Amino acid sequence: MKKTYKIDVDCANCANKMEDAAKKTAGVKDATVNFMTLKMSVEFEEGQDPKAVMEQVRKNCKKVEDDCEIFL
Amino acid sequence: MNKKQKKMLARIIAAAVLLAAVSFAPTTGVLRFVLYMVPYLIVGYDILIKAAKGIRNRQIFDENFLMAIATVGAIALALYDRSGDYTEAIAVMLFYQVGELFQSYAVGKSRRNISDLMDIRPDYANIEREGKLEQVDPDEVEIGSLIVVQPGEKVPIDGIVTEGSSSLNTSALTGESLPRDVSAGDEIISGCINMTGLLKIQTTKEFGESTVSKILDLVENASSRKSKSEDFIAKFARVYTPAVCIAALALAILPPLVQMIFMGLPPRWDTWVYRALTFLVISCPCALVISIPLSFFAGIGGASKAGVLVKGSNYLETLSKTKTVVFDKTGTLTQGVFEVSGIHHNTVENEKILEYAALAESASSHPISRSLQRAYGKEIDRSRVQDIKEISGNGVIAKVDGVEVAAGNTKLMERLHIPYIDCHHVGTIVHMAIQGEYVGHILISDIVKPHAKEAIQALKASGVHKTIMLTGDAKKVADQVAAAVGVDEAHSELLPSDKVEWVERFMEQKQDQDKLAFVGDGINDAPVLRRADIGIAMGAMGSDAAIEAADVVLMDDDPLKIAKAIRISRKCLGIVYQNIVFAIGIKLICLILGAFGIANMWLAIFADVGVMIIAVLNAIRALFVQKL
Repeated sequence: MKKTYKIDVDCANCANKMEDAAKKTAGVKDATVNFMTLKMSVEFEEGQDPKAVMEQVRKNCKKVEDDCEIFL
Repeated sequence: MNKKQKKMLARIIAAAVLLAAVSFAPTTGVLRFVLYMVPYLIVGYDILIKAAKGIRNRQIFDENFLMAIATVGAIALALYDRSGDYTEAIAVMLFYQVGELFQSYAVGKSRRNISDLMDIRPDYANIEREGKLEQVDPDEVEIGSLIVVQPGEKVPIDGIVTEGSSSLNTSALTGESLPRDVSAGDEIISGCINMTGLLKIQTTKEFGESTVSKILDLVENASSRKSKSEDFIAKFARVYTPAVCIAALALAILPPLVQMIFMGLPPRWDTWVYRALTFLVISCPCALVISIPLSFFAGIGGASKAGVLVKGSNYLETLSKTKTVVFDKTGTLTQGVFEVSGIHHNTVENEKILEYAALAESASSHPISRSLQRAYGKEIDRSRVQDIKEISGNGVIAKVDGVEVAAGNTKLMERLHIPYIDCHHVGTIVHMAIQGEYVGHILISDIVKPHAKEAIQALKASGVHKTIMLTGDAKKVADQVAAAVGVDEAHSELLPSDKVEWVERFMEQKQDQDKLAFVGDGINDAPVLRRADIGIAMGAMGSDAAIEAADVVLMDDDPLKIAKAIRISRKCLGIVYQNIVFAIGIKLICLILGAFGIANMWLAIFADVGVMIIAVLNAIRALFVQKL
């Protein structure tokens, strides 16, 4: 399953870091962050609850870039 | 500027003014230190806080953290030297923030620019209820509803005009500035702007399935597919910052130790630590990381302004390397509609022949009879036609105004024992006989698009080595079209699966780094569109399946846009490479100069911010594509 979320982040490198952090989160198969359109699209592994996974993704993103937001 | 940016600007100005003020105040010792710390904290407090958070989250290569170390280190050195020169550290912080502010402003601005470009989303639809117009959400309009579009409004949903006539501005969709005329009975696509008259439209699709929604969806989801250059930069940034930091650490420790132990000289710790701190200032990969996606974003935006939708930056990259272009014939190089293209050997005037032909064929809905009726161009009065006899596979015999008219192929003429003159042109021939006497024949054929020949020439001019046409049509027709438009190769009488095979064969023949594009519009083109390195679909006339399978969509059906799309992609990729080389080059030079102590922190921060500003401005250039 694939879902797209709106995000807010200030710099392009921070967006790259968020992408890395999201990719490393358990339950995420793949993730891309588009800094120009401020969107994160996440492909979940099968049988995962997107809501729970996204909470964790947000937590991990906040760790690498304090000043970011994912609108769930 | 948004609130965040305004606040930042205020902080930068306040810090700059205060810095100027304290540098004129003749103070020394602790008081001097305290006074200088005021502008430093004003402009840099958020960086210091973020740095602290970074340490807590073990993000040591965070640029805030590096910036904090560089400036705090410079202040510490000034204290250690008792020089009291704090200006440098504050200036570094100040310029860093100026750079960040500029970047955020430029990115915000180009985001708005491009969303304005694609400002085709209709906000409402007008529905007539009890004689009054009511504005409703386009999402709520059901298929088959009657909607009203007033002059100046956007057409919200695809449909058929039932009443009224008007000119439509389709430039937002197609990049074509010439208005398109519509009247009752015509199909109309959403996203056009109604310019002159009131139109009543019966909707044929839901809003979500309408052209405008599909395009918006496509554009908004574009560029989530990243290009190789973007991946390269992301990987480079991941390695670059740690590498520079390790180099800085080595620079701070090794040379002093070597000087002290092996050369017996004083270690000069402060000089080498200063050079290491200069390294940290240059360690931020911002200029690179921002300019590459911004270039692609601007390139995709510029292309959509020209009526070319590109589904991702990776496709823009592939398009720029296209050296072979394979075309489908019908609907791509030709109009795909059959039209009367000639009347030959006629013994009565053209109008008369067309009139008889259109009337005789008026009962049929065959494409041939429709093109006859279109060529006739006047209302068909069916009461004039009697005794219509359709002879399957031959043609029709009917009485028009009491006169016997026969219209059909050679078989019909032979059947009626009427001598006829064969046509040497390619197409469908309708032989005509009136009262058993041959009066000439009408040639109906698919017409080559007006720009098809120019398009092939333009492709050659933009560096495409080979153009090929594949078609399911007969060899005679294919060869004629191929000669007319000037493609290098043509292969005819192909099944859809044969087309895939041919494309695969061409893909094996070409060199690895060169790419092959397939241009098509038909339903059976979807497999080939997917198989080619890059699939280009003709938009307005193309089928939904083809548009979905394609990577690039031409909004109007002009094949000339293919060459334009390639030129846009070349320009965009050119800018991307310029930025990569320029930004990495300047940073490397600064690192070398910094290591030898030629570049100080001032130069380092100017280089860093300057490179970013130039790279961002260069990236925005990709948006301007009119003259390409």
